Amino acid sequence: MQPIRRRSVVDVALQGDVVEAYGVAARAKALNRLRTVDVVFRVLTRAAALGVLVILGGVIISLIDGSLPALRTFGLNFLVEERWNPVTEKFGALAPIYGTLVTSFIAMLIAVPIGLLIAVFLTELCPMWLRRPIGIAIELLAGIPSIIYGIWGLFVFAPFLQETLQPFLIAVFGDIPVLSTLFAGPPYGIGILTAGLILAIMVLPFVTSISRDVFDAVPPVLKEAAYGIGCTTWEVVRYVVLPYARVGVIGGVMLGLGRALGETMAVTFVIGNAHRVSSSLLAPGTTISATIANEFTEAVGDLYTSSLIALGLILFVITFIVLAIARYMLLRIERRIG
Amino acid sequence: MTPLYAARRRRNRTMMGLSLAATLTGLGWLVAILAVLLWEGVSGLSLAVFTEMTPPPGAAGGLLNPIIGSLILTILAVLIGTPIGILAGTYMAEYGRHDRMTSVVRFINDILLSAPSIVVGLFIYEVMVAPMGHFSGLAGAVALAVIVIPVVVRTTEDMLILVPNQLREAAAALGTPRAFVITTVCYRAAKAGMITGVLLATARISGETAPLLFTALNNQFWSTNLNAPMASLPTVIFQFALSPYKDWQVLAWAGALIITFTVLALSIVARALAASRTQS
Repeated sequence: MQPIRRRSVVDVALQGDVVEAYGVAARAKALNRLRTVDVVFRVLTRAAALGVLVILGGVIISLIDGSLPALRTFGLNFLVEERWNPVTEKFGALAPIYGTLVTSFIAMLIAVPIGLLIAVFLTELCPMWLRRPIGIAIELLAGIPSIIYGIWGLFVFAPFLQETLQPFLIAVFGDIPVLSTLFAGPPYGIGILTAGLILAIMVLPFVTSISRDVFDAVPPVLKEAAYGIGCTTWEVVRYVVLPYARVGVIGGVMLGLGRALGETMAVTFVIGNAHRVSSSLLAPGTTISATIANEFTEAVGDLYTSSLIALGLILFVITFIVLAIARYMLLRIERRIG
Repeated sequence: MTPLYAARRRRNRTMMGLSLAATLTGLGWLVAILAVLLWEGVSGLSLAVFTEMTPPPGAAGGLLNPIIGSLILTILAVLIGTPIGILAGTYMAEYGRHDRMTSVVRFINDILLSAPSIVVGLFIYEVMVAPMGHFSGLAGAVALAVIVIPVVVRTTEDMLILVPNQLREAAAALGTPRAFVITTVCYRAAKAGMITGVLLATARISGETAPLLFTALNNQFWSTNLNAPMASLPTVIFQFALSPYKDWQVLAWAGALIITFTVLALSIVARALAASRTQS
């Protein structure tokens, strides 16, 4: 399977008899060629590694460049204005930012406890032979493309919520002062709550698999010592495993949060795309990514396009910070383990 | 049995019961999604789906042009992204393992790995679509390639680091130049892992929609012209599923089924490959 030309080049350098046959000049030439190839390869790999940095730089520069017109026109008010009016060309990012943060918060609120419990099940309770299959099944959830979550959410999950969970929430919390505003209005099916729930399902595998990995990395001696003094499984998890794995778990949670913040297609299907900040979780809303996905190709006028790119810039900055914290946390736990 | 002891036992039972319930919930979601997908998708599947073009509303048709479009975009993106990713991973594992630059690149790469894909779409729109003045399949492929690169960089680096140093030293002792040590010895030792990485990247981009929305756009007709808008399965599903037309929605489900099983098959093959590597 060895390419013929490459072998001959190496052979020239390695084998004396061939070298003599070629003569001194030919040998020097061959060695020179090897040196050139070596240098070229090294330079190429370095350029490619720099390319990764260039991509990040390119993303930042192009987003800033594209959003300049909007930022110049609206200034910092862009961040706090709710209006979004393509006709009068007045744009503010408050509703999408609010929607992004609230849906992600709902997602984490649900996915983190469930994900941690699954990780506990996989590391402490589950029979050995079942661990791998269940682990893989949960990770398959991460493999399903987000558009599938979208179409499933729109046609199956949203109608289901409209008939079951949402009327239930309205009925139960309708008379309680603060909660009644959270669950006010008719059950549309689509809306902020639905988007948050779909995101929770999508983020679940990230939280689970990272938590499981860091739980697995807890030294068995520590757990055995705790069991030895008579701790129950839960007490071992609560007082030994969780404190040891805390940093890693936070890293995994932040990684999941990064995903939830930037998730586009699934949310676009079920959020309803309404540019307003509503106190009710059942009301339609929008997120940054859903706004961009819905409106970008239809945006007429530079200011409209530029406002959408400015939204993208805000999203990128938020996720960058969250992901950087996640990576830093995971790096810390890796150092401790490794 | 003291009350304290009973309380601790009860607490343990509750929490363990909850963790079992959580696992069943997680598996339940997977089953719920796949079951609906199979149910709706299979009823929409027919030979016409693979042989006819996307129809106007109300007419019969298939998904041939988006399927071909998706294939072209995905293959092109992998062809662009893989060499860059492998070379960058090579630098990080082989030349600059302890460089400051490598740790910076690794950090940035990990962030790009989970950066929102819609931002990648905006980026390519700004650098390719806007200057060229029109949407194009090529821009879509480049956008997908930007998503491929971090995945390949990560797996290549991880796999090359696992190659034992003795192999490199043995090859170097024979007088083999560094570039040949890497390409003929290290790459061969890390081959299975690197292929896994490329497969995972392929699986990841074959379902991506967001970066294609305003780069490759969509195309109602047959087109293999890379300089023109190109249809792709995810964007067609997006358009058809949100439409009020029943025929389009049925096609969207069929497309969703095709994509999901392609993606799941790719990631299962990748896993099997990685597992066989660690066992041997």
